[in-house]
Amino acid sequence: MASDENAAEPRETLLEIRNLKTHFALDEGTVRAVDGVDLEIGRGQVVGVVGESGCGKSMTAMSVMRLIPPPGRIVEGAIRFHRQFNGRAGAADIIDLAQFEPNSRPVRDIRGNQISMVFQEPMTALSPVRTVGKQITEAIRLHQNVSKAEARDIAIETLARVKMPNPAQRIDDYPFQLSGGMRQRAVIAMALACRPQLLIADEPTTALDVTTEAQILDLLRALQAESGMAILYITHNLGVVAEMAEEVVVMYLGKVVERSDVDSIFYDPKHPYTRGLLNSIPRLETVVQDKKEKLNAIEGMVPGPYQRLRGCAFHPRCPDFMPGICDQTEPELIQLEPGHSVRCHLFNGSD
Amino acid sequence: MLVFIIQRILRMIPLLFLLSLVAFLIIQLPPGDYLTEHISRLRASGRDVDEAEVERLMNQYALDRPMHIQYLTWIQNILTKGSFGQSFQWGRPVNEVIGDKIALTFLLAFLTTFFVWIVSVPIGIYVSVRQYTFTDYLVTLIGFIGLAVPGFLLAMVVMYFSFTWFGVKVGGLFAPEFELEPWSMAKFRDMLTRIWVPVVILGIGGTAHIIRVMRATMLDELRKQYVTVARAKGLSEFAVLMHYPVRIAINPLISTLSFLLPWVISGGTVVEIVLNLPTAAVVLYRALLSQDMFLAGSFILLVGTLALTGSLLADIALAVVDPRIRFGSAEEF
Repeated sequence: MASDENAAEPRETLLEIRNLKTHFALDEGTVRAVDGVDLEIGRGQVVGVVGESGCGKSMTAMSVMRLIPPPGRIVEGAIRFHRQFNGRAGAADIIDLAQFEPNSRPVRDIRGNQISMVFQEPMTALSPVRTVGKQITEAIRLHQNVSKAEARDIAIETLARVKMPNPAQRIDDYPFQLSGGMRQRAVIAMALACRPQLLIADEPTTALDVTTEAQILDLLRALQAESGMAILYITHNLGVVAEMAEEVVVMYLGKVVERSDVDSIFYDPKHPYTRGLLNSIPRLETVVQDKKEKLNAIEGMVPGPYQRLRGCAFHPRCPDFMPGICDQTEPELIQLEPGHSVRCHLFNGSD
Repeated sequence: MLVFIIQRILRMIPLLFLLSLVAFLIIQLPPGDYLTEHISRLRASGRDVDEAEVERLMNQYALDRPMHIQYLTWIQNILTKGSFGQSFQWGRPVNEVIGDKIALTFLLAFLTTFFVWIVSVPIGIYVSVRQYTFTDYLVTLIGFIGLAVPGFLLAMVVMYFSFTWFGVKVGGLFAPEFELEPWSMAKFRDMLTRIWVPVVILGIGGTAHIIRVMRATMLDELRKQYVTVARAKGLSEFAVLMHYPVRIAINPLISTLSFLLPWVISGGTVVEIVLNLPTAAVVLYRALLSQDMFLAGSFILLVGTLALTGSLLADIALAVVDPRIRFGSAEEF
């Protein structure tokens, strides 16, 4: 979804994450899975989060849902959700999800209701011993004051919205009777049943084949356009980001290293890591021209989880490494222009 | 579902036939039989043997005929007359001897299972969500002690202390005054006040075992994504646990139900002898010692049949709670 909107018009904020730190205190040391993330999502906006495995993108999403598995814990920061009550536009009340206990009432009221999530593996996301319908109506009955029959109608209607073939029959099927694509549709229906204001999609298409992936992406875009919900789309696939997102957030080792609108990320990337990511996409032209050309990869490996690096976390792998600066002080997030910021010493040169 | 049940029942028929064959062979294997032994014992003591009676028994059970004829006669009597033959040791038909013993054994097995499940399933769920906490370690420790201590030892310890400390005799299922009485409300009530002792003693090992099984399967299931998905719907933690991982973790337990009866009969024999219980295991043990062939054979046949029925019921129950099994079997057709 390349942004065709007028970027000038300021959007109403839906979710703001401020200096979020989610740490796992293990015997071997503390893993800083999320280490000071700042993120904003406007109402109805599609934000893509990209990064390598282990960069903390899923953990950021899980922190918002307060579904961090123990011993992980939010140690600092705020997750402010601007909750809008039905029908009353503008009247939003702000709730800081980071303040509550993970399974507390206020969190559970929002979870699956105003914020819901679609997970990676549709194959294991549904319980094999309960029908699809039961698993969908459960959420509806929980958050809406409706009867069993009404909840079933809503569930069928939602299944129809996600283009499930024969929704009225499929609702009584068990997950193992559905194909992978249909299961992911069912999972999406489950997330959409209560018409959330924010949908967090954590690599919802990684486990699916390419054709099904394209269908699911189309579906998500159509649903977003129809309902006006915001989507936080997490993926390592830059192609998907280009297709889906208006805004892109690049993460590395628990931190946001670059944030910008989707065009700037692809045509004018600033951070060496972002550039590295883009370079590592195989290009058809070069493959055709020179068959011997190797795939570009970012040098080195992601440092071990218990390691804490001085200075910029990316400096051991960075092609523009500046000794004495990058390995000494940690860069701040610098705003280059409105809507485009980067966390790198290269752009600190104005002074 | 109906197809599944019919198919499952049909599969039981050859099994039952094999079972009866094995039961019969086992009782025939030792040399001699009760009748010849009994006659020679009587003759040795110089008493007169009623030749006509011996003749009648010989004919009725074809004892002088080849083995396969004996088998056929035995089975025929069971199938057509429902008669399992005569217990030589008790001097009464097997049916009479077995009847209430089997019923009591069933009651004991049922109550023991009930006790085991009521105690171990909640504890198993609790320790699985509190893995590696003090409670978990404590339950594990007690569980291993429960697994390691033989039931008969526990029975003797309980009997000793209840007698020396409280002056209560816990052996048996009935007070002496009810022992030979026919069934009545008072006798039943008396039994209920005593039956919990063998239930607890027999159940300790099973409880420890089921806690381990429940904990292990729960830990497996809790890691699965559908649990996180269920949490993401906003369900309370209790609802998440009960509707998702527990629903699946309970399945392996249902299949253990089929071993229940054989387990109470074979595993509990020593405990039941120590506690002086009038259950099937004790009677079977005595019948085997004295070569009471029809009693022993019928017992083995009956217990085997009950075990097969148990596994049939467990399979059907499993198919009811787990659609994968239900649909899996339908696809074979």
